[in-house]
Amino acid sequence: MTDKKIRVLVAKPGLDGHDRGAKVVARALRDAGMEVIYTGLRQTPEMIAEAALQEDVDIVGLSILSGAHMALAPRILELLKANGQSKVKVFIGGIVPDEDVPQLKQIGVTGVYGPGASTEDIIKDIKEAVK
Amino acid sequence: MDLVTQILNGDRLALARVLTHIENDTQDGRAALATLFPHAGKAHLIGVTGAPGTGKSSLVNQLALYFRKQNKRVAIVAVDPSSPFTGGAVLGDRVRMRDLSGDAGIFIRSMATRGSLGGLAQATAGMTQVFDAAGFEIVMIETVGAGQSEVDIARLAHTTLVVEAPGLGDDIQAIKAGILEIADILVVNKADRPGVENTEKALKSMLELSHPTQHIFSHHGKYMSAAPQVKDAALWIPPIQRTISIDGTGIPELAEQIAIHAEHLRVSGDWAARERARLESEMDAVLQETLVSQFRERVPESKYDEVMMQVYKRSLSPREAVKMLTNGRAK
Ligand SMILES: Nc1nc2c(ncn2[C@@H]2O[C@H](COP(=O)(O)OP(=O)(O)OP(=O)(O)O)[C@@H](O)[C@H]2O)c(=O)[nH]1
Ligand SMILES: [Mg+2]
Repeated sequence: MTDKKIRVLVAKPGLDGHDRGAKVVARALRDAGMEVIYTGLRQTPEMIAEAALQEDVDIVGLSILSGAHMALAPRILELLKANGQSKVKVFIGGIVPDEDVPQLKQIGVTGVYGPGASTEDIIKDIKEAVK
Repeated sequence: MDLVTQILNGDRLALARVLTHIENDTQDGRAALATLFPHAGKAHLIGVTGAPGTGKSSLVNQLALYFRKQNKRVAIVAVDPSSPFTGGAVLGDRVRMRDLSGDAGIFIRSMATRGSLGGLAQATAGMTQVFDAAGFEIVMIETVGAGQSEVDIARLAHTTLVVEAPGLGDDIQAIKAGILEIADILVVNKADRPGVENTEKALKSMLELSHPTQHIFSHHGKYMSAAPQVKDAALWIPPIQRTISIDGTGIPELAEQIAIHAEHLRVSGDWAARERARLESEMDAVLQETLVSQFRERVPESKYDEVMMQVYKRSLSPREAVKMLTNGRAK
């Protein structure tokens, strides 16, 4: 019998171009023994929520560089909840001004990580969040 | 309402949860499979395999779009390898299947190999059974061509596509991986690339070399014969189909070949034979597992260890040891 694996969806919502950061995080999580479902670029909130449901993930990581986090994160959390996945956690990697962080945390985002964040911290937080 | 009833009512979250139970081989997962069993057995299971990067996910994406136009519900199980070092995995097949989102007639599930081959085959079989019971008429299973696991999954599928692409060196990758024999249909994808003719030619000459074999997997070495009412069922010779999965060229023709193969299986009796062979080997696996665990419950740990000690010392052979533990009932 296999032990329960942490399943993470890593998605890149919005229209901005590259997913280097998302891939780095995906690989780091894999190296920490997690199963990472990687969906690629230009995902709409609907696509992300649908993938999270089909894959029955524990947590969703969003890579957002466009500055649209205050629109995208609440929308995705809302869709997860509408699908019956209110227990699924959300974290954000990318460029988020400090002053937005409290509000994101308040709506249920478990972690916000800037370009300088260590992957160890992300891993530690995910393990804590999905406990 | 329990998860199984919810699945039969079309609840997608319940479906996703049961798939997780099956992947983790939990009690709930086993119970769900038992309840769903009578509802399964209708879907066409299609295996899609081939070397990394040949375009399997893109092909599955195109085929799914095509089957949807025929109003068939499509489930996809996309298998990628787990890292042998960390046990983690990056499952990236969905990247090529973004066209399929927003369609309730489609369900995509990614799965990591998680080490054990037997476990993978069992989990895949379980998942396809759930999709089948949930009313998906087509279940496609994508695996990366790497040998034994593909053969196990071909055993599960009714129709196996082996995908090649030009430009991966001179060798036919499927031959290297030892999986050419499991092909019911050979796909030369990336037909827009230079070298298609060569790849196709190489495949043709390989096919001529190998005898056309009937793809019924024997059970205990017993030949599973085709249904008796069918007289000299023609042997199936794998067709070769060119495709371009970035624009859909060749996909209707491929879908047609898949339909012809399904028809061939039905007419020749192979469909039923494959089904029976698969159920028998599933029975076998469960029987073995059950008998072993019953036996271990009956024999005290200390006695088992004692006998095992003698085996370590080579004063008893494993067979003699088993005979002793089963009171002389072993052969
Ligand atoms: N030119 C061309 N490129 C293609 C075709 N089909 C797929 N590709 C490209 O080939 C690359 C690999 O495609 P995938 O569909 O991910 O291949 P795969 O076999 O599923 O890959 P793995 O799952 O990683 O083994 C992608 O960049 C595709 O866009 C095709 O018919 N022609
Ligand atoms: Mg793939």
